[in-house]
Amino acid sequence: MKFAVLVFPGSNCDIDCYKAVESVLGEPVDYVWHTATDLSPYDCILVPGGFSYGDYLRCGAISRFAPVMNEVAKAAEEGKFVLGICNGFQILTEAGLLPGALRRNMSMKFACRDTVLKVENNQTPFTRDYEAGEEIIIPIAHGEGNYYCDEETLEELRANGQIAFRYKSNPNGSVDDIAGVTNKQGNVLGMMPHPERAVNEILGTVDGKKMFTSIINAWREQHDAANVR
Amino acid sequence: MTQQMSVKEPTAEQIADQQIYKQMGVSDSEFELICGFLGRKPNYTEIGVFSVMWSEHCAYKNSKPLLRKFPVTGPRVLMGPGEGAGIVDIGDNQAVVFKIESHNHPSAVEPFQGAATGVGGIIRDIFSMGARPIATLNSLRFGRLESDRVKYLFEHVVSGIAGYGNCIGIPTVGGEVVFDESYEGNPLVNAMCVGLIDHDKIQRGVAKGIGNPVFYVGPPTGRDGIHGATFASEELTEDSQERKTAVQVGDPFMEKLVMESCLELINSGIVIGIQDMGAAGLTCSSAEMASKAGNGLELYLDQVPQREEGMTAYEMMLSESQERMLFVVEPKDEAQAMEIFERWGVICAKVGKVTDTGRLQLLHHGEIVGDMPVHALVDECPIYNKPSSVPSYYEKNAAVDTTAYNEVTDLGGALKKVLGSPSVASKAWVYEQYDYMVRTNTAVRPGSDAAVVTIDGTRKALAMTTDCSGRFVYLDPEVGGRIAVSEAARNIVCSGAEPLAITDNLNFGSPEKPEIFWQMEKAVDGMAEACRELDTPVIGGNVSLYNENAKGSIYPTPVVGMVGLVHDVDHITTQHFKGEGDILILTGVTKAELGGSEFQQVVHGVTEGRPPQLDLAVEKKLLSGVLEAIQSGLVRSAHDLSDGGLAVALAESCIGGGFGAQVSLHTGEIGEEGLRPDFALFSESQSRILLSATPENADALLSGLKAHGVPAVKIGRVSGLQLHITVDGKEVMSEEVHTLKQVWEDAIPCLMK
Repeated sequence: MKFAVLVFPGSNCDIDCYKAVESVLGEPVDYVWHTATDLSPYDCILVPGGFSYGDYLRCGAISRFAPVMNEVAKAAEEGKFVLGICNGFQILTEAGLLPGALRRNMSMKFACRDTVLKVENNQTPFTRDYEAGEEIIIPIAHGEGNYYCDEETLEELRANGQIAFRYKSNPNGSVDDIAGVTNKQGNVLGMMPHPERAVNEILGTVDGKKMFTSIINAWREQHDAANVR
Repeated sequence: MTQQMSVKEPTAEQIADQQIYKQMGVSDSEFELICGFLGRKPNYTEIGVFSVMWSEHCAYKNSKPLLRKFPVTGPRVLMGPGEGAGIVDIGDNQAVVFKIESHNHPSAVEPFQGAATGVGGIIRDIFSMGARPIATLNSLRFGRLESDRVKYLFEHVVSGIAGYGNCIGIPTVGGEVVFDESYEGNPLVNAMCVGLIDHDKIQRGVAKGIGNPVFYVGPPTGRDGIHGATFASEELTEDSQERKTAVQVGDPFMEKLVMESCLELINSGIVIGIQDMGAAGLTCSSAEMASKAGNGLELYLDQVPQREEGMTAYEMMLSESQERMLFVVEPKDEAQAMEIFERWGVICAKVGKVTDTGRLQLLHHGEIVGDMPVHALVDECPIYNKPSSVPSYYEKNAAVDTTAYNEVTDLGGALKKVLGSPSVASKAWVYEQYDYMVRTNTAVRPGSDAAVVTIDGTRKALAMTTDCSGRFVYLDPEVGGRIAVSEAARNIVCSGAEPLAITDNLNFGSPEKPEIFWQMEKAVDGMAEACRELDTPVIGGNVSLYNENAKGSIYPTPVVGMVGLVHDVDHITTQHFKGEGDILILTGVTKAELGGSEFQQVVHGVTEGRPPQLDLAVEKKLLSGVLEAIQSGLVRSAHDLSDGGLAVALAESCIGGGFGAQVSLHTGEIGEEGLRPDFALFSESQSRILLSATPENADALLSGLKAHGVPAVKIGRVSGLQLHITVDGKEVMSEEVHTLKQVWEDAIPCLMK
């Protein structure tokens, strides 16, 4: 399975995502520059955290126009896995690949700390190795992680099982304690917490490992099924 | 248009006759010297260039004789003071690069930008050496956290640091924040950056090779930060609020682009010399690069990218616009260099040439607008040996007997007061605004003795800390200087690392005052002695003088930034208790030493007397004994005893670990028989560390320490959820840890609401 880690000029968690794929899965992974126009070799696209273009305007507002974003949309359409973390989540909502938007934290301050998440849907390609309702420790580090969507969208998210994670104790004012959502098809996940920072005992928590193993197990299952056909 | 602007500039005659140079901080005798070097009177641009190059900030003219006392070499030192940052070998062809720098005056006037650009500047110092920045720290001082002004400064300095560090993606892993009346109106904002480099990638800021082109990298030059270095070298006054134009504006996204593109340029191997444009911008970088190569430099100011129309030579040379670098390559490599910056979308322009004239020559609109000998700018600033005298407060303090204070018997209450003091209280409100985890190498997060950052692909890690007790230095600068270095070393050792070297930030009041100069002399003596004794040379640093407010000078605050090497990640140790039943061991000797302590300030409301004494031979034994114990796997937690003494160390280790402790102190074992319980718990006697070990390892730990000549004694065990303390068999404290935790955690958030 081949992973792409997108790199915008101001990405700064690109290296963390790269290291996580390498250390947890040992699968091939490439950095892909924001000007790239072909993502066809990749099975999973990671949109990392950071400040893609400085983000002085609104996080992710400029990145959605990057050439590579058309390819991300195409990959999502084809059912490939797309995981946006932190700034990556903001970019995916700005690009319309995920519902809702991210506003400034209620505290108006950047917040960096461990949070406890509850796995709300373990039937997605990103969460299948977690137990339903499992509580996991994953750090956050963001200034604009306050998830917002209107009442109607929220109903849809609930009805479709699109809420992947909720915070146990809401750190930023997100609607319905939402920490991560998927698209309707379930192959695109955006989340504010950083699973790639939770894969090494020495850093304090390894609860993010199962996200990476979920992805590869989901892919293998698809892949094997395809081979059988 | 441009001509009209420059018409307003005074002529060389006017500058001399009307003594306009004085407004730039140049004295009469210095002006005469400058005229001598030029063989004529300087024009406006030239006097501007001289004034910043001869400011304290750039020339260390008041501090150089003192700085010479520091040991600056050692078997591991690859580069000492003089370049952007010092470098220390850590084996395997790797080296650590670090430096600390102040941005005090800008932060007093414009706290957000002042602090942000302080971080930006120190990061450039690191990557200009060719190193990848891996962490930043800071050391902050504010007035008492009571007035709206102090809260405003505190809030905006923290968010300025956060805004810059978070965006550029370098973790802010540690530091210190202290609140004391002495810093009212003149906060201290010192930022430190640590980087990693391979030996063969080390760069220098040299303009070598006659005829080689000089390139400017980064955003266009604007009119911000003009005379920033001069501003940093004078006292803040009521008019200082109007000096906001001397404060620069930061753009961390731009810095990220400049950093990545410059590191790529350096890795390509074509760079002859590179230096950042920090204090005194284009002036200082060009003059220093020429000086280090013994060459001259021509600058074509029309080619300098400009943000505003009609900028004069004076403005361009003195602007401190941020995120700019200067580099030299050979002509054949020009195209390769330009391609790199184009790809990153960063402006790169050829603005000059290396010459053999030994002069800095400025060309603008087809005319020579400045022509100065490089050596005069860089090396000829007069050095002053200021008069020094013992301050009266120091003599008065000799008579103060801090052991005669009324005995405090409500020790639980006292502990809560000390834990709730903003200087001791949890700094989570601060560091949770910093991304301290990005790059996923932060093994020990903020909130333990030192931060620890791992090095990918190795078993090694780096421990780092910033420390200084301004109160101790004030009460006795020499002892305080020794304590600052020793405490930093203790923090590094408690984290499982071997101390390597330090960078220092000497924050003092006005050196024009003999009693302040005395503080500087004595503090440097103490620090230099400790650095020699503990084998931690000074590899670079910064001097910030004229830190004064309406009430007088700040406490002398020579901040020590220290880095240590963790030889194996298994040695990494934190201060938090790890397990029920673990045995507590206290090392060192506890004496009745309250002078300058947190307890003295918070409970007795004064800072007086003499600070705790410190014997460097004793300190050295302690450090090697504890480090060896940690490296042999006998230690589960280690915590330096500092602010608030044993009581606070116990409380913090309990809170962090989520445990309680049963402690029985016998005064004859930990110090002198019959030591008062309030002294036993809150004295800040030096060279003490609180350790915990499993019951199986405790005896081995004790005998190991004793073999090193370190006094050590069992004082209790980790147990339950209460902190329970007896002294000579009598219960003196019994507090729920969760209550202590609440006091400690809530103090700063409550004050900031």
